[in-house]
Amino acid sequence: MSDKTNYEAGFGSNALKDPQRVVFITPKTSAKVKGDAGKRVMSYPNLLLREAIALEVLVIALVILSLFWDAPLEQLANPLLTPNPAKAPWYFLGLQELLHYFPPVVAGILIPTLVILALVVIPYFNVNIKGEPFWAANRTRRFLIFLVILAALLVFLGIFEAWTVIVPTVAVAFLVFVSYFAPAGGPRSAEFLRTRPISWWVMTWFIAVAVTLTVVGTFFRGPGWSWVSPWR
Amino acid sequence: MATSSIELALNRLRETRAWRSIFRRGPARTNRTRSLAIFGNIFLHLMPVKVREQSLRVRATYYLGSFSFLLFLLLTVTGILLMLYYHPAVPQAYLDMKDLRFVASNGVFLRNLHRVGAHAMVIAVFWHMFHVFYRGGYRPPHEFNWVVGVVLMLLTLFLSYTGYLLPWDQLAFWAITVGTNIISAEPVLGHDVRFLLLGGNLVGENALLRFYVLHCVILPLVAGMFIAIHFWRIQKDGGLTLRENHEREGHERQD
Repeated sequence: MSDKTNYEAGFGSNALKDPQRVVFITPKTSAKVKGDAGKRVMSYPNLLLREAIALEVLVIALVILSLFWDAPLEQLANPLLTPNPAKAPWYFLGLQELLHYFPPVVAGILIPTLVILALVVIPYFNVNIKGEPFWAANRTRRFLIFLVILAALLVFLGIFEAWTVIVPTVAVAFLVFVSYFAPAGGPRSAEFLRTRPISWWVMTWFIAVAVTLTVVGTFFRGPGWSWVSPWR
Repeated sequence: MATSSIELALNRLRETRAWRSIFRRGPARTNRTRSLAIFGNIFLHLMPVKVREQSLRVRATYYLGSFSFLLFLLLTVTGILLMLYYHPAVPQAYLDMKDLRFVASNGVFLRNLHRVGAHAMVIAVFWHMFHVFYRGGYRPPHEFNWVVGVVLMLLTLFLSYTGYLLPWDQLAFWAITVGTNIISAEPVLGHDVRFLLLGGNLVGENALLRFYVLHCVILPLVAGMFIAIHFWRIQKDGGLTLRENHEREGHERQD
């Protein structure tokens, strides 16, 4: 064995005389190893006990709901008798609400495909992995870009008169304005908004639109997909 | 430790040769046997032997992933019981629904439990996904497990959707008709995909049978496999993501 392959550092080695490279520290990275977060406990019984409690809570809640909330059963399926409105299951009513505004290819195919693709690629965008606030750098430029995108989006939605998309979009945009103009060290809610990263804003906008569309489609749409009140 | 006679009896039982032959360990009194309880069990070995105390807190996860999985188990049990009363045929499927309501003991309750559980699972899975997103749980090294989670979300929707047709009433028939009409809007393969799914151009007997097979066999098996991967990857990727400010808070409180 030659001396170069002997990595043993001790009294007998000449490591001080001929230092060998053992680690790279590239610029702008920390050599500090992140310590393990917190105490670890045995899964058995700590985790299993909690899972068992979760199961019991779940079963009790579902049994109570099932005792008082009967599953609907309508007449035998009849292809010749179309109900008005014919509704998909509730989790697809957001899509059905979109179908009311946009052509089927856009609402039924393009938007769901893009949403699923976006969800899949989320972790592979290593942009802003630390979750820096949206307004942390280039404040004015980012605000201008935001205004341009918002205006384009609202014009697009306005052309299709997609009001149930416009309302949650405007609501979230209002919060973005609040976050932009909020001074540092303000009230807790303003401070919370001010420090959100862009990914938070995009997801919050998506959830706001999805929930609005689903609620409207489920409770507020009647014959011919017209507005109805669920209380009447 | 063992005070009551029941505990004494249980401990005796755990010492027996038969118990040891089944569970490959004695009573889990030491950390070694507690570890064996996890990795010596084919079902539990997907879980880590140790978990961080912080990720056990209710506020860390709200146990949404656990609830999603437990709902899957509950739906499997109630679903199998429902299968005993169900024929995937027109119009027998609808008559079976009537039998569940008026003939079978607790049939309404069984069907209610399955339906409420299904709605709850869709809600739990979506809530779980959004909660994981807001906690940054998709970040490295959890990227692929996030993708597995997206697949599981889609499987949950398909499971719920295929089950929607099975009662074969007006609600079921037209919901599936509306939903599958959207597929045919897809320009290239839309009509073919719809034909494949329905076994015809209309929602009919073939569609009922196909949705039944998808709902009761194919999708649960696929979902089960992805659930196994999902759990196993949590362990391999080093446990749940902890929020850094939570960690700091925790340390400050301890100090």
